[in-house]
Amino acid sequence: MTPPPASAKTTRWSWRSQAFRALAYQVLAVGFIGILVWYLAHNTATNMRQRGIQSGFDFLLGTAGFDIGESLFAFDSGESYLQAYLVGVTNTLRVALLGIFLTTVLGTLLGIGRFSRNALVRGLCRVYVEIFRNIPVLLQLLMWYLLCTELLPDMANAWELGPLFLSKGGLNFPIPVWAPGHAMAAWGLLLGLPLAWLWRSHAKNRFNATGVPRSMVWAPLAVVLACGLIAWLLGGAPSETNRPFRGEFAIENGGALTPEFLALLIGLTLYTAAFVAEVVRGGIQSVPQGQAEAASALGLSQSHSMRLVQLPQALRVIIPPLTNQYLNLTKNSSLAVAIGYPDVVSIANTAINQTGRAVECIALIMVVYLTTSLLTALLMNWYNARSAIQER
Amino acid sequence: MTSHTFIAPRPAPAAASGWLGWCKSNLFYDWKTSLGTVLIGLIVLYVLPRLFNWGVTDAVLSGGYEACHAAQGACWAVVREKFRFILFGRYPHEEHWRALICTVLLLGLIVVSCTRAFWRTWLAGLWIGVLLLYFALMRGGFAGLRYVETDLWSGLPLTILLASLSMVMAFPIAVLIALGRRSGMPAIRSLCTVYVELIRGVPLISVLFMASFMFPLLMPQGFNIDVLIRVLAGITLFAAAYMAEVIRGGLQAIPKGQIEAAATLGLSYWQTQRKIVLPQALAMVVPGLMNNFISTFKDTSLVAIVSLYELTGAMGMAMNSDANWRAFRVEGYLFIALIYFVFCYSMSRYSQWIESQVNKSRQR
Repeated sequence: MTPPPASAKTTRWSWRSQAFRALAYQVLAVGFIGILVWYLAHNTATNMRQRGIQSGFDFLLGTAGFDIGESLFAFDSGESYLQAYLVGVTNTLRVALLGIFLTTVLGTLLGIGRFSRNALVRGLCRVYVEIFRNIPVLLQLLMWYLLCTELLPDMANAWELGPLFLSKGGLNFPIPVWAPGHAMAAWGLLLGLPLAWLWRSHAKNRFNATGVPRSMVWAPLAVVLACGLIAWLLGGAPSETNRPFRGEFAIENGGALTPEFLALLIGLTLYTAAFVAEVVRGGIQSVPQGQAEAASALGLSQSHSMRLVQLPQALRVIIPPLTNQYLNLTKNSSLAVAIGYPDVVSIANTAINQTGRAVECIALIMVVYLTTSLLTALLMNWYNARSAIQER
Repeated sequence: MTSHTFIAPRPAPAAASGWLGWCKSNLFYDWKTSLGTVLIGLIVLYVLPRLFNWGVTDAVLSGGYEACHAAQGACWAVVREKFRFILFGRYPHEEHWRALICTVLLLGLIVVSCTRAFWRTWLAGLWIGVLLLYFALMRGGFAGLRYVETDLWSGLPLTILLASLSMVMAFPIAVLIALGRRSGMPAIRSLCTVYVELIRGVPLISVLFMASFMFPLLMPQGFNIDVLIRVLAGITLFAAAYMAEVIRGGLQAIPKGQIEAAATLGLSYWQTQRKIVLPQALAMVVPGLMNNFISTFKDTSLVAIVSLYELTGAMGMAMNSDANWRAFRVEGYLFIALIYFVFCYSMSRYSQWIESQVNKSRQR
């Protein structure tokens, strides 16, 4: 009989030891990446020196010298690049958050529509999904921009839809005139939150004790809204609004959304909604039919069965890919550069052209998007851990 | 004596089959369904005739821009007038036949690659051969063919080249990264994870900006790479990260027993991956890879932003360069939207078909 092979311990430093080989490969890989990074950095430094390109982030404090079409807060060309970047980031977030909200609503409706009893609804939802997800989003954005800037009437002949005006200049809408009463209403809403939470935990306790289901969504929501309403009334019920009206040359007063913003928002929403619809459809299909049957055997009503049995299980499947779609929407908002909406990428693009600091500007773009993605990923992991099926 | 009284026979059930039955259960099941049908029907009846009038009855199919400006409907004459510019962009007009041959070659190659009977090793050789032929024919400069710089390559041939070549090059990288992410070596695993998360966290446009603005800085002095190659590299590295995630999904679905069995047989790590794991994993993820291909195909439209004129860019150039036709950009956009749609839709149908094919062994 041959003796058993020597244990790993004695061959520790030999090539035949798996642990040694693994260590060697890793050292090689890390060393290779390290040398590559050093080489590229070295080249960059040399090139920059030779071409006289300055480096560093000090340019951020310099005067930007360009105007930005739209921003949430006042910005003029005398302010710094840092301010310009902040405007870009808020513009990105503004279109992304609004787009996420709208795309969720539209996508969910389209996804549920695929299960409608009505064949027309089913067919239309399907056609929508197939058309919108098979055309590049950039092309869709360009088309919407074209529609917003060329096919809409001039400002002088703007379409009037109630208090709204729609024209080549964008969408003008009434905004409330700021009054102390609004602050009161906001405080009222804030005060309502703990009250609603108290009600909800009370309802939950009653449900656990007696088994009688109580409203845990609508009633707390009503509490919050009622608090806000009472505070608004106490604050003197300010209802004055700043309505837009047809001026001599343009629409005056009121709030305004630029055509660039509208095109970007519409394009991103419609494109992403097609994907969200598929996600929702997949989620609903993933819940076995037996679950609904079991729920109705237990005597749950149709809506209770949907809300308490099917939806929670579908959501577990839906939420991770849905988050991916939200991130995709946020990343696709960078295509704003093609239609001239001042998001963070187009601000960076302008900054590159003005200062020539490509490395720093691209790094700033990446930092903004990476932070968003990683924060969302963290949130997702937390949610996944929370909603995972608890096994023994 | 008992007397029998027969109850009256029940009426025959309402038709549940045939087109009438289908309409009853799918369009007029209850009052809500009927209301929806009527409402949607009215909207469709309102929209469709107007769309038809715009697109067909009142449309101008041929003729000059004067006829288009006079007409009420769509101006399809713009497509007839400009289609060569839209499809081949800045490629020299009298050399368009070369671009056409290259497009057909690449398309044929893709169709061949989608056919299961041709999934053989020689397919890889065919890819290399066709790509070499593509580059030679597009570039020219031999046998009396005029030399055409890569700057002038544009339109549909460029779109298809960018999509297919970057996918082909991304594939081996993606397999390595996917294996690396599942490796037992912590340093390699974290390197691969960082790469994938980094790329997936940023938009493609920032990668393209890097390729066009930063790449020249990263290379040693006097080392100049063509912008086409730089953009190709950017798209490849970007697509590889997404593809690696798809392949990793397939790797995770392989039961651990397969790897243990391979180890029992004395196979090395690479033998195990090559002979046992990858064949099963890759077959499982073919639909996912197909979806990758579709999104890369759509993403190529972004290179217009870094001044490579593929289909979208060529279309913009064709329309904006001619003031007479500029008013009819909508028709031009619809034309290339149709091209993209035909490609992407047929690929997604193929993906659904292949999904049922590759998993035949798993179905009962």
